[in-house]
Amino acid sequence: MNKIVYTEDHEYINAQGTTATIGISNYAQEQLGDIVYVELPAVGTSFKKGDEIAVVESVKAASEIYAPADFTVTEINPALEADPAQVNSDAMGAGWLMKGTLENASQLEELMDETAYATHIA
Amino acid sequence: MRYLPHSDVDRAKMLKTIGVNSTQDLFDIIPPSLKVDKPLDLPAHSPEYAVEAHMQALASKNLTGSDGPFFVGAGAYRHHVPASVDHLIQRSEWLTAYTPYQPEISQGTLQMLFEFQTQVAHLTGMEVANASMYDGSTAAAEAILMARRITRRKKIIVSGGLHPQYRDVLRTYLKDDEGLVCRPSNPDGTAQIIGEVDELTAAIIVQTPDFYGHLHDINTLAEAAHEKGALLIVVVTEILALGIIEAPGALGADIVVGEGQSLGNPLGFGGPYVGLMATRQKFIRQIPGRLCGETVDAQGTRGFVLTLSTREQHIRREKATSNICTNAGLCALAFSIHLSLLGELGLKKLARINHANACKLADALAGIAGVSVINQTFFNEFTIRLNTEAQPVVQGLADKGILAGVPVSRLLPTEPEFNDLIVLAATELTSEEDIEALVSALREELS
Amino acid sequence: MSMNQQGRPTGVKRSVTNSFEGASLLPLEPLLFEIGATDHTGVDLPDVELSSARLGAFTRQSPLDLPGLSEPEAMRHYVRLSRLNYSIDAGLYPLGSCTMKHNPRLNEKMARLPGFADVHPLQPISTVQGAIGVISELAEWLMVLTNTSAVAMSPKAGAHGELCGMMAIHAAHIANGEGHRTIVLVPESAHGTNPATAAFLGYKVKPIPAKADGTVDISAVEEALSSDVAAIMLTNPNTCGLFEPDVKKIADAVHKAGAYFYCDGANFNAIMGIARPGDLGIDAMHINLHKTFSTPHGGGGPGAGPVVLSKALAPFAPVPFVRQNSGKLELAEHAQGSKSLGRLTAFHGQMGMFTRALTYMLSHGGDGLAQAANDAVLNANYLKARLGAVFSMPFGEQHCMHEVLCDDDFLEGTGVTTLDFAKAMIDEGYHPMTMYFPLVVHGAMLIEPTESESLKALDAFAHTMLELAAAAKAGDTDRFTSAPHKAPMRRLDETGAARNPKLKWEKSR
Repeated sequence: MNKIVYTEDHEYINAQGTTATIGISNYAQEQLGDIVYVELPAVGTSFKKGDEIAVVESVKAASEIYAPADFTVTEINPALEADPAQVNSDAMGAGWLMKGTLENASQLEELMDETAYATHIA
Repeated sequence: MRYLPHSDVDRAKMLKTIGVNSTQDLFDIIPPSLKVDKPLDLPAHSPEYAVEAHMQALASKNLTGSDGPFFVGAGAYRHHVPASVDHLIQRSEWLTAYTPYQPEISQGTLQMLFEFQTQVAHLTGMEVANASMYDGSTAAAEAILMARRITRRKKIIVSGGLHPQYRDVLRTYLKDDEGLVCRPSNPDGTAQIIGEVDELTAAIIVQTPDFYGHLHDINTLAEAAHEKGALLIVVVTEILALGIIEAPGALGADIVVGEGQSLGNPLGFGGPYVGLMATRQKFIRQIPGRLCGETVDAQGTRGFVLTLSTREQHIRREKATSNICTNAGLCALAFSIHLSLLGELGLKKLARINHANACKLADALAGIAGVSVINQTFFNEFTIRLNTEAQPVVQGLADKGILAGVPVSRLLPTEPEFNDLIVLAATELTSEEDIEALVSALREELS
Repeated sequence: MSMNQQGRPTGVKRSVTNSFEGASLLPLEPLLFEIGATDHTGVDLPDVELSSARLGAFTRQSPLDLPGLSEPEAMRHYVRLSRLNYSIDAGLYPLGSCTMKHNPRLNEKMARLPGFADVHPLQPISTVQGAIGVISELAEWLMVLTNTSAVAMSPKAGAHGELCGMMAIHAAHIANGEGHRTIVLVPESAHGTNPATAAFLGYKVKPIPAKADGTVDISAVEEALSSDVAAIMLTNPNTCGLFEPDVKKIADAVHKAGAYFYCDGANFNAIMGIARPGDLGIDAMHINLHKTFSTPHGGGGPGAGPVVLSKALAPFAPVPFVRQNSGKLELAEHAQGSKSLGRLTAFHGQMGMFTRALTYMLSHGGDGLAQAANDAVLNANYLKARLGAVFSMPFGEQHCMHEVLCDDDFLEGTGVTTLDFAKAMIDEGYHPMTMYFPLVVHGAMLIEPTESESLKALDAFAHTMLELAAAAKAGDTDRFTSAPHKAPMRRLDETGAARNPKLKWEKSR
């Protein structure tokens, strides 16, 4: 069963077992405005929770994206290079940033579920 | 005071509106102990004619390029700049505009930069160029940093033909960095770097025509670099050469940097000049400095904006690609206007004249006993070896009003084996009479 | 009654027709590549016989594809383009932190004297005594104005000067066996170049918060200081337009901790001749000749950023520098055997800017420079007084220095943003102020009128600003959100430009 959880910095992680999809929340894309570029890491890179894993750029801002948990990158979203606007149009779906293997799935329990995140951004 | 509009009546009115008695009150936040308590030891204000006389007196102490035969090059070149160039760059709208941060009222500057970027890309044979850097030497420093970002490797191999002051700048930027491998300065025209390239190499950096005037086989160097996953950076200090010698981009260069002074900009004792930087499209996010891009306005009309600014310091702060803030806007404009006036036709002709004059100069000097030309190849600049120390000879000629090039010892004082070398340049401004005057004076110095 | 017998129409017809090619005096100008041709040229050059033997195998085979323009075509192209630019000569240019003051034309005339313009940087030193004299005189003025003992003249721009100053600090720490210091303190209100420069040199940047009154919190500085701190980078007057009253105490604390004080001199215009940075305890400060000393901004450069240095840092100054030797001026061009940090650029720096800045200083004199600072501060405080009742000023209870900082509180509920307000100013004939900087204030508007503006010009500007504020509050939102309407261009699509970068002209289009 899929479980979507959020960080306070507005990353989401959609996990099935130790396989996870990572992106930024719909709220985050609204705050950033029109996204013009996404800088993604190399497949195979391992990150610890809190490491910088990507940079999402709008015209006048660049926002670092942090690892929501310890993981190793297995795939990056190939569509974003040509069409970074997908992060705006479908942040939780087609605008995902990367997929990875979680080192320690129990870390997800420290993150917020849908309801808690809705309160966080309210 | 002619630049300050207020009368004392104006000032009094303004102070009243503000609600203070004197301008001193506006500075009351500055602790009295930190304020200047008596006038500084500086001259008082001066009428325009007095200032002019003071500056004229300083200017008249210098020997100028038009005072006599002139053969100095080595990274800055004396070319003719069409009168219209200097007229145009003094128009208020070019001269006194700021960086084009408000594109709706800066389309002049922006379109010019877009045209400049295109011209530089075509000239160097590269896919993209930025909107200029401070000068050639700092552009070279930015290029090696860029190569490190792209390759995520550290080692930079610097060719022995690179202008010694450029090499010094690289050393300053990468102080104490073991990754910077500088080959000894090398007048014989061989690059001597291919054997150094390995899997840790980020880039090799080579100048052509090099400091001593030799042309280099860029293609072979590019292949050697690319075989190990490294980049080739090519430096061009006499940009006019590209009117007649092959574009580095066509030979496999990954980054081309250059000094653009030769087009549109006077010698000016060393600055301001205009740094050029061109590269491949795939590296655009690693380019330092400003970039201008095409877009449309709200009504669909074509227009231009500064773009990809998230690379820059005012947004990325400590994560920026460079701390660079200004470009060389007005010098880039002068470059662009001069190159537009030349066009392809004029640029090729001008390059041919420069080369032809340098050939004449080389042949004439080679005929003097005690002088040999060391170059097999060159564009408008080459090196001669004397049978004696060069510096006193150059000084002796200067005392006679002939500026006979740069003794290599001026730039490499700690390498006595180069003490007999002089680098000389000829341009379209070099006349037969100039060459004759140099030849007979040099003959006299050496006898 | 008299008759109109020429058939000449009288009166003006109202029409809403748009022209095909743009406004009559501001036609859209095609690109150089669309009007020029590779067989056109604007120069006359002789054909020469050429043997390519000495070009080896390196003659150009690839296309140049560079269009040429005859002289009349070139004049028209660049004059038409120029008219799409705003400029100081055409109007008030209130860009905070940029000091857009008048650029005297005597400066330009002097820079073009052949004795300065037609001189090569590597001519024998005996043939350029006047040129080195300019560098030396300008250095002297800068040292007197700042009460410092050395100045590095070669940095090419303010940011290059920062690099120079921070490199000198780095070199001094190494020389003193203090190379372990890795932290640089930078207030949150700093220019972006400050953290960028510190990071370039491998320092970790530690931000220092501001107090509620917009100045640096000295207790936060004291708390952050340690034996790991290499330097503080402080702008004074700061980017909120305020003088840092605790600057000397901060300097003392920094020095006590064994660190150096780098001062960003971008705002020196407010205090020249009034307070000397050397007396404030600075160790290094760059001076933007293109801001304070009136050299032209030229659409984004060239700048010039000499760096004054304290006694402690002077030995580490970059080459070249001027020295006297039995009545003659010399250039020390090599760092070998000295503590110098090395060379930051080929040749000797922005000579063309030195002649202009020195001309400006001689024109003003010491008295005039102090008067200019006084008038710059007077003008900013006058605008502050005129706008204060309507515009929200986060630090408005104190006098400002040469620039006045507003936030976007006064626009709350109007649907108008700082950006919209700025674009509406364009329709009124003004270049907008600096926006969204400093970052510590929401929707920042930083207004710097400079000393060059007359009372009438300031009144006209204040009147316009108040009218715009009134319009925003009255709900005239469209005036703002779709502005500018009367500029050569409407708002440009910066998102599209960044998503699909087109950085050069392509033939196919």
